[in-house]
Amino acid sequence: MLSSLGSAGGKSAKPSFVSYVTPEEIKSEKEPSRKEKHPDLLPGEVVFCSASTVLKYTQDDLSQRGVFGVLLCTNFRVSFVSDEAPTEEMVRTLFKNKLYGENDIPLSCVDNIYGDKRKLITGGLVKNKYPSKMIIHCKDLRVFQFSLSFSKEEDAKKIFQGIVHHCLEPKSLRCLFAFSYCENTSYPGSYSYCREHLRKKQTVMFDSVEDWTQDMKRTKGNCRVVSENSNFELSPKLPQYFIVPKNVSDEDLTKYQGKGLPMWCWSHHSGCALFKTASIPLVQEDNVCCRMLTAVAHNHLYSVKTEDLSDTLPTVQDILLSYNRFKQFFLIDNTTEFWMSDMKWFSSLDNCGWLDIIRQCLQKAVEVVESLEKENTNVLIMEEGGSDLCCVVSSLVQLMLDPYYRTLLGFQSLVQKEWVAGGHAFLDRSNHLHLKDKVESQSPVFLLFLECVWQLQQQHGPAFQFSETYLTVLSDSIHVPVFTTFLFNNDGHRDSLLRAESPHTQRSPLNCPTVWDWSVQFDCKAQDLFTNPLYTEKPKQDTSVRKSYRPRHLRQLSLPSSAFKTPPKKGFFKDEADNLKKILGVKRLSRWMLSPSSDSPQTSSSVREFYEAWQTKPLDYHGLLLPCLDGPSIRVWMQRYLRWIHDVQILGGGPVAMLSKVSEILGEVQELQRQLDRHGCTLTSNHKGARPRAKTAAAVIAARSSVRLSSSFPFVTSRNWSFKPAIPTSLLQSLMVTGMAGNLADREDDGGPESLV
Amino acid sequence: MENTGSIDSLGSKRSSSRQPSVDSLSSTSTSRSDRSAHAAKPTFAMSSDNVSISTDFSPELRGRPKAVAKVLRDSKEEPQLLPKESVQDMAKDVTYICPYIGALRGTLTVTNYRLFFKCMDREPAFVLDLPLGVVSRVEKIGGASSRGDVSYGLVCKDIRNLRFAHKQMEDSLRKSIFEILMKCAFPVSNGLTIFAFEYGQVYPENGWKVYDAQAEYKRQGLPNESWRITKVNDHYELCDTYPSTLVVPVNIPDEELKRVAAFRAKGRIPVLSWIHPESQATVIRCSQPMVGVNGKRSKDDEKYLQTIMDANAQSHKLFIFDARPSVNAAANKMKGGGYESEDAYQNAELVFLDIHNIHVMRESLRKLKEVVYPNIEESHWFSNLESTHWLEHIKLILAGALRIADKVESGKTSVVVHCSDGWDRTAQLTSLAMVMLDGHYRTIRGFQVLLEKEWLSFGHRFQLRIGHGDKNHTDADRSPVFLQFIDCVWQMTRQFPAAFEFNEYFLITILDHLYSCLFGTFMCNSEQQRVKEELPKKTVSLWAYINSQPEEFTNPLYVNYSNHVLFPVVSMRHLELWVGYYIRWNPRMRPQEPVHQRYKELLAKRAELQKRVEELQREVTNRSASSSSERAGSPTRSITPVQTFV
Repeated sequence: MLSSLGSAGGKSAKPSFVSYVTPEEIKSEKEPSRKEKHPDLLPGEVVFCSASTVLKYTQDDLSQRGVFGVLLCTNFRVSFVSDEAPTEEMVRTLFKNKLYGENDIPLSCVDNIYGDKRKLITGGLVKNKYPSKMIIHCKDLRVFQFSLSFSKEEDAKKIFQGIVHHCLEPKSLRCLFAFSYCENTSYPGSYSYCREHLRKKQTVMFDSVEDWTQDMKRTKGNCRVVSENSNFELSPKLPQYFIVPKNVSDEDLTKYQGKGLPMWCWSHHSGCALFKTASIPLVQEDNVCCRMLTAVAHNHLYSVKTEDLSDTLPTVQDILLSYNRFKQFFLIDNTTEFWMSDMKWFSSLDNCGWLDIIRQCLQKAVEVVESLEKENTNVLIMEEGGSDLCCVVSSLVQLMLDPYYRTLLGFQSLVQKEWVAGGHAFLDRSNHLHLKDKVESQSPVFLLFLECVWQLQQQHGPAFQFSETYLTVLSDSIHVPVFTTFLFNNDGHRDSLLRAESPHTQRSPLNCPTVWDWSVQFDCKAQDLFTNPLYTEKPKQDTSVRKSYRPRHLRQLSLPSSAFKTPPKKGFFKDEADNLKKILGVKRLSRWMLSPSSDSPQTSSSVREFYEAWQTKPLDYHGLLLPCLDGPSIRVWMQRYLRWIHDVQILGGGPVAMLSKVSEILGEVQELQRQLDRHGCTLTSNHKGARPRAKTAAAVIAARSSVRLSSSFPFVTSRNWSFKPAIPTSLLQSLMVTGMAGNLADREDDGGPESLV
Repeated sequence: MENTGSIDSLGSKRSSSRQPSVDSLSSTSTSRSDRSAHAAKPTFAMSSDNVSISTDFSPELRGRPKAVAKVLRDSKEEPQLLPKESVQDMAKDVTYICPYIGALRGTLTVTNYRLFFKCMDREPAFVLDLPLGVVSRVEKIGGASSRGDVSYGLVCKDIRNLRFAHKQMEDSLRKSIFEILMKCAFPVSNGLTIFAFEYGQVYPENGWKVYDAQAEYKRQGLPNESWRITKVNDHYELCDTYPSTLVVPVNIPDEELKRVAAFRAKGRIPVLSWIHPESQATVIRCSQPMVGVNGKRSKDDEKYLQTIMDANAQSHKLFIFDARPSVNAAANKMKGGGYESEDAYQNAELVFLDIHNIHVMRESLRKLKEVVYPNIEESHWFSNLESTHWLEHIKLILAGALRIADKVESGKTSVVVHCSDGWDRTAQLTSLAMVMLDGHYRTIRGFQVLLEKEWLSFGHRFQLRIGHGDKNHTDADRSPVFLQFIDCVWQMTRQFPAAFEFNEYFLITILDHLYSCLFGTFMCNSEQQRVKEELPKKTVSLWAYINSQPEEFTNPLYVNYSNHVLFPVVSMRHLELWVGYYIRWNPRMRPQEPVHQRYKELLAKRAELQKRVEELQREVTNRSASSSSERAGSPTRSITPVQTFV
């Protein structure tokens, strides 16, 4: 995003980037070459319309300066091609996305379009008019401002209508770029092709019985893998394969078409497990519910806790509303506006509630972790649909409890398991198709999950193999309509569509890349930035077989019973004792490990205790991780949200300054180790596994002087930024202090009581 | 950190590695012997499954493992005393009401230096150890309760309050321990000596020699053809709050300086603080001009500023930064002060930086304390934080310093900085701008020089602002001006994590000893007073202690970019509350992830490997020389394996 961000225009000493010539001059000059201007099209990409002499404003101020170029709309993106010859540095951009560049906006990445006077443009309203200035807010938080007033009227009208049509109006799924892209690429990383490869060292896709069996074995679960739905006979809404408690019978499976089935998520080493389910409408006979609960309870020690997330967490609509307020703080049109809002930044943050939603999700996950870890109780989380907050909470629980999911491949497998196979309705939640009837269902639930992961990562950096940059890139990829990962609502949906769209026989479905094939977007060098140089792999004996790991695991994770002698568990968790009493009768009840029910207000204090007890234990990056949830600990994901705003880039600072130094040291350590190896001295070091990447990452960063890097690394290069600091405007406009303590403000520093008025 | 902890370990002169607070938060507290075992061997927790991180139960001591360790070793109830420290009183069965743990019963000891409370009922024992200098106020809370308990509250300068209770004395003639405490905590008010004057620890280095004004000016290339060092204030006759060594324009003779002094508040004439090594643009500091309601002018002062401008050939302009809000600056005319009118000072541009006075700052900190201590309200954290305005003030100070640094660096223009007297806001601004402009001040020693120069020698009134040993806690002269400056520096270290040689622990240590009264560094109000009190002779400098173990205060990620100017981003988006200082007493806010520890281990590993490579190479050379047939590498196997502990 070089020039879009470079607010260089105003400040930098690169006048070549700023066009001062009048549009008339430009027209006559640039007209002849117009035809050649278009970006390197991807396979299957078609240009719909274009307009030349469009002015792209530089972002930094109201100076109305910018760059002239051609604006195009294709079936993949809105693209601006500058009339300026690309500078050399631009070509060498380190973190270049192969699919789209800094001046490209994938169609489904467009969030909102504004016309003159910041009027929101909605599809359908566009007739023959077009605004002279068009502002595009992107879902990855970039802001583009184009002036159409220098273009030919006809072109301007066409491009504006084209963009509005393709970005805002309803379309069919088949129109998404993925389909024409995949038809036209012989994408090698596809399903059947490297099936074997995937098995070995790749993300587990959870699209086969073996994947599920493997994962259950890994966690020592003792449940039943269901393959009866492999052709979606039970229900198209159920995953192709899934796991249920052992006690669920064939009859249960078929009779209820999977409604209310407890789906296994993860087994704790103690034997208890986490299940999730779509909650059953109350009108249904109580029987199902009870049968399922019993089945879950039977999994381990006849104990179960249920938690209806719909009752205790915000709804998907709340999440959307809050996020919409939150993102506005970062969609900055000009710097004056930015500095104006600076003084009220903290209270605005509070008011939009986004961080609080993050906190609530994390807190809920900690509650579940507590039940599994401390009380060894089975937990069944439920919500209507069972594929939104259930996914958030269950994935977070697994991240906190299971170090495997904190590796890069483990994390990707987790997303496959809980979100993709788990049937999160990515298509409806992102509403890529702009369907009017789906507006309600739009919600950034997956982003919310990534936010929560980021919080964990901030607090426990070395525990994660992947980096902050990885999470940011993943959050951007949701809006690139190329990957099957984010295009469908569930397994059945994907299967039917990919089959229908296949150009070949029914036998082989259309091959589309998943987002995990990062080489589609980034070359190897750039991918090095996805790993955390400070991460250390677990010592070897643990990774090979889980068996040897287990005793350690137990020792490290379980908290001393003495710490928990105090009050019995109180919680939100609806106690199922009453229900179960009915079902199971008194005889069995004696074997239940349920504690007497109590009221909810205690929960947070119980969670606090749990956290504090954990906190006093040695911190083990390969053991249980809990987040601190107190006010100052939940923070804003700076890299994702501030990366495009010029005025807050810390030139020569930010996390990259630390990263480059660490990488440098790691590189040296590695080099020394190599020297030692050469000398025939084998080190029994666990570092080896983690090292190889470090060197390259070091090389990547060291190649550029880290003095020149900024806090927005690697997303923006500071190429055309001035070294001049951003001086806040309107510093004391509020002069709030006088309001609050007028007499103090007027007093003299001498401390004398005499106050001046 | 637990200032107490650092202090007692000062006295005990522990040789095992002391962890900076950031690190020590993570360190083991299992036992003393364990710790020293770790310290003795290179610890490569990075390669280990068991990262050597644990915590202790007592939140007050979290972050201070040595205190715990020490306590565990000697299970006595009284503290290990420093040289010349003596127990004044001791009381058993005192209850400390900890806001995080609850009531703890133990023994309370008061010495002439500290308050020491120890509860043996817990494992490990709970210890509270704070220097009396930290206490701002001791008050009896309520009357005797029905059970005959008397309750006392201690308000501390380091953002915490402590509550104690004990049984009513049966012998009413005997003084309660709190009466003793009130006496010892405020030695100045009670005609006693501040402990710094008794503390007799000897350190390898004399910290009072860290700053030598002549040497520092020489480092800056002074004197030169435009600037000279004057002796006019040798006996503090020109200005009693200024240092004896001053740098002034060559063309202005001492006689004229005296006339300028008459026009500047408290005689604090414009003098050079810093000069740009290339452009010769300078940072000048002074106090406000005595303009008054009638708009008085001084030809000498005008000429003086013109000379300052002329000394920099690069620019034909001079920026005068008045730190105050313009309203306050104008109001000062009523008292004879004011600001430079642009009519009188040609080519000068006056800019107000809108930084508020000491009273506003004090009030802001008071509110901040309410918000963060003892507990943080979970909801509305950010709104509550905003309502204290603390970070807003930090932002304004940083923004002011940024503008100064920008004018000097980018504009190549000399700047004059003043507020009213030029010892509070002016010190904040010039020293911060110098941190931005000059990498030397970002080193451990350079920062010490900066404090000695801009704060101590130029008369920031530490005694008054902190109120050492003074019981008058409502004194309107007290204000967290220096704390704000350190906070600003911390904000910069957050933004530029590799640009500072010192770590967070260094800054916290400075703040803790700002109050502790253990070292003489922050005693008195001016250089003149320090000379008169013979502080360098009678007290130990904080820098002696710090420089005796620099590794504790070193940022492992420091990269020395020479001549690199730092322009911090002064947006609220990048400012954050310094949790490690303001909320450090809250055990829940203990940083989970002591990242610096990891970096340190990495560096240790590198050093270890380097050593091994060298040894191997020596080995190889020796062997080839003796053409021995020994198996290569085998001798090195006996060297400590990488994973030495579990």
